[in-house]
Amino acid sequence: MADAIAAGKDLQSIPALLARNVQRFGGLPAYREKEFGIWQSWTWAEANEEIRAMAMGFLSVGVERGDHIAIIGRNRPRHYWAMVAAQMCGAVPVPLYQDAVAEEMAYVLEHCGARFVVCGDQEQVDKVVEIEDRIQSIQHVLYTDRRGMRKYDHSRMNALEDIQAEGRAGHYRFEAEIEARIAELDYDSTCVMLYTSGTTGKPKGVVLSNRNIIETAKNSAEFDHLAQGEEVLAYLPMAWVGDFIFSVGQAMWSGFTVNCPESAATMMTDLREIGPTYFFAPPRVFEGQLTQVMIRMEDAGDLKHGLFKYFMDFAKTKGETYGMPKLRTKRSKPTLRRRVRWAYRFMMGIGFAIETLVENAIRLALVKLRHPIHTREHFKARGPLLNIYPQPLRDYFTYRTGEVLVYGPLKNTLGLSRIRVAYTAGEAIGPEIFDFYRSLGINLKQLYGQTEASVFITQQPDGEVRSDTVGVPSPGVELKIGDNGEVYYRSPGTFVEYYNNPDSTASTKDPEGWVATGDAGFFEEGSGHLRIIDRAKDVGKLADGRLFAPKYVENKLKFYPNILEAVVFGANKDRCTAFINIDLNAVGNWAERNNIAYASYQELAGHPRVYDMIRKHVEEVNESVAQDPMLSGCQIHRFLILHKELDADDGEMTRTRKVRRNIVAEKFADLIEALYDGRDSIYTETEVTYEDGRKGSIKATLSIADARVFGETTKTPEAAE
Amino acid sequence: MNDMTDGYMTADGRKIGGVVMELKNITLKFGGVTAISDISFDIREGEIRAIIGPNGAGKSSMLNVISGFYIPTEGEVWYRGARRPQMRPYKVAQMGIARTFQNIALFDGMSVLDNIMTGRLTKMKKGLFAQAGWWFTGAAKEEDEHRAKVEKIIDFLEIQNIRKTPVGRLPYGLKKRVELARALAAEPSILLLDEPMAGMNVEEKEDMCRFILDVNDEFGTTTVLIEHDMGVVMDLSDRVVVMDYGRKIGDGPPDEVRNNQDVIDAYLGVAHD
Repeated sequence: MADAIAAGKDLQSIPALLARNVQRFGGLPAYREKEFGIWQSWTWAEANEEIRAMAMGFLSVGVERGDHIAIIGRNRPRHYWAMVAAQMCGAVPVPLYQDAVAEEMAYVLEHCGARFVVCGDQEQVDKVVEIEDRIQSIQHVLYTDRRGMRKYDHSRMNALEDIQAEGRAGHYRFEAEIEARIAELDYDSTCVMLYTSGTTGKPKGVVLSNRNIIETAKNSAEFDHLAQGEEVLAYLPMAWVGDFIFSVGQAMWSGFTVNCPESAATMMTDLREIGPTYFFAPPRVFEGQLTQVMIRMEDAGDLKHGLFKYFMDFAKTKGETYGMPKLRTKRSKPTLRRRVRWAYRFMMGIGFAIETLVENAIRLALVKLRHPIHTREHFKARGPLLNIYPQPLRDYFTYRTGEVLVYGPLKNTLGLSRIRVAYTAGEAIGPEIFDFYRSLGINLKQLYGQTEASVFITQQPDGEVRSDTVGVPSPGVELKIGDNGEVYYRSPGTFVEYYNNPDSTASTKDPEGWVATGDAGFFEEGSGHLRIIDRAKDVGKLADGRLFAPKYVENKLKFYPNILEAVVFGANKDRCTAFINIDLNAVGNWAERNNIAYASYQELAGHPRVYDMIRKHVEEVNESVAQDPMLSGCQIHRFLILHKELDADDGEMTRTRKVRRNIVAEKFADLIEALYDGRDSIYTETEVTYEDGRKGSIKATLSIADARVFGETTKTPEAAE
Repeated sequence: MNDMTDGYMTADGRKIGGVVMELKNITLKFGGVTAISDISFDIREGEIRAIIGPNGAGKSSMLNVISGFYIPTEGEVWYRGARRPQMRPYKVAQMGIARTFQNIALFDGMSVLDNIMTGRLTKMKKGLFAQAGWWFTGAAKEEDEHRAKVEKIIDFLEIQNIRKTPVGRLPYGLKKRVELARALAAEPSILLLDEPMAGMNVEEKEDMCRFILDVNDEFGTTTVLIEHDMGVVMDLSDRVVVMDYGRKIGDGPPDEVRNNQDVIDAYLGVAHD
């Protein structure tokens, strides 16, 4: 048995991987969760015991093979266990977005015919109870957090812990059954069912088999040399395929530790405390962190500000060369050698700083002797006195000093000190943001993927990382570009089918297994890296036939910290216009510094000086878009700043925070009309949905601004009006 | 009021017990000013009892009488079937009465966690010398036990993310919540809230209402609250006492009080014709 396990045979399901991990890493931590202010941890052996108890508990309430068990809640070990326990019973776990409103949940629960629902807390239970009488399939509700649950009708409801206790009590009764069901699992049985975020239309249930998940986890773990010693922070929505791959697939394959934060609000503190070695975040997290850093640096004193500026400028050019940690292919361990090396580097950093100061002091004294009057000018005019080091060595020393004074403390504050591999995906990331993190010596890379591929389609290998490509095909993935520029892939991770939706399955996946991504892209000559331009169906034409790629322009806009979201319109129109969402953090801080008083988001968004600032950004984007003759038609002629943030609760965005272009266009049709008919302000009323599902409305008068466009001879904004 | 037997269930399934505190003919005078004149009412185990009234009606004075800070000029306070003698406020606190204040009375420079820990003071047994001994005298162990209780409350009130933040840096609504947490840390049997929702925005108010109901539901804490927001009072409380110029002008369930002519007059004013 042990040999077979070592050879990787029989590892055809998550429960089998769990058994291997118990055997190999039994005493090492598998899960941690911060609760009551302390990190509580479970070893692989303990987790296994809990999961088995839960699985047997599921049997006691009548879970059958092929049942769907919906899981709604924040990232907690118990919810991950519930997924594995479901698999042990031969059932299919279906994680759902916990911030979805009851209506959205009803659709998914009805579609998959879930018989059991695991809820995180009272809030989720309330939603399920609200829709329960409409959905016949739901038989039993389980919940994790007991708070506020006492008064509910418990005839078809249980605490997860009680179910576990029942499972433990019924140990002798269920043991054989569980073993039998685990033994039935193979590569072709369903591992998990995940619902797409539904950028267009209703969400679809993507069925992923054990082959998809385990093969993908294996390939990607080998690609980045992930091993048992990694630490990850599981904070992304459980319903998202990325979280499933990282926190279940790869964690089970490599046996590393999954850490769950205390609550969504403490995520940043928990990140610091854990110091993950492997980290995944969508670009907005990195953007948010960078914005925070910049805002706080504004408040710092002159010395700190100066140091920060000097060393960050230095890192911009040299960070990539001197900062990137050597690629470790083995498990990271704080060996004595590593500690000595770290101490040596630290001392070298301080030593060089002192050396530089002393050297400059001596030189200043010497210059003063010769030029008692214009000392400063002469001091500045000459290079270093002891130019004994060659430039690269000097740079190396400077970087070490920066590491001690700026980069190290900064990484520590961000919780990224121990990062070995970090990934960003989901959206394009701004080159400045990307370079900022890489220049600090954080190995941030991009990957491109989607639910249907079990995440990985392309990723960037170490040493070939750039902000404008998404990398080379992941191991085992084949890629081709269709006639219309659309990217197709085929891989072991390719999904089995859309649940109960053969039409969609057929239209997405052809008989040979090629799947259309829906994104247009091309391979870069020379490097072979894939570059993504835009959603294939969003790429359109302007009225005069020029190319219209809204995402391309929106991304350029969103790279400004002041702009949170942008939506560009122009398909089949004579020119492009845009909606802008300001970032309340960044713009609010700017307003504070410039003595601009505002009472609400709406008021700030409508402020003339905010408009001026955004106009500048838009014009800069226009200038850079104009550089590309193919896309020069995408320059923005007119824009307005929206009076509300685009929100998933209002259906304007998906739960993964991607803009639903057509819904926005439909909802704000009056505003778009105003953008094109030359008015300079418009009154509008917008319906908003609060978190608890109630409706309200916002009334506002929005002004519309013109922006300068570049290099266009055919049409100018004045002529258009 | 000795009988603890005539309890009943509320419509939403909470159990209300017998009378836990009775105030009999309370009169409070400051020199020539009569703040409270001859007021009697009772508080039942597990209920949310509201005291309302226009400004200067004597609500806060009433609360201070309950908490033992003021000694009534006339009248008696009966607590758990026995007449409460005149005693120091800290003795009253030890008997299980905790309160929050109208204007926040937290230690600004201390962290949220430390502030809530001060709520455990009445429960701490180790003295000064034992504290100095720390590990050897078991003070460290005692501290851990108290910390565990406090962490439960932090978890309950969902303030994990500000655990280590100095109170002075928090917004008003959160300070109020921290104050509630500190009062809860004393594990009171009667919780006195002096205008817990004053000056809050709608969202903060809703949160606070939720927490007051949850506290009552989860710990079965008897709650006495003073509040101006009529909507809040009517939704939250089981029984309401209405005061005006130191007199009691109404007492009963919210619906009854709402239709009481005296109460309407006191709040809306009477036409002088």
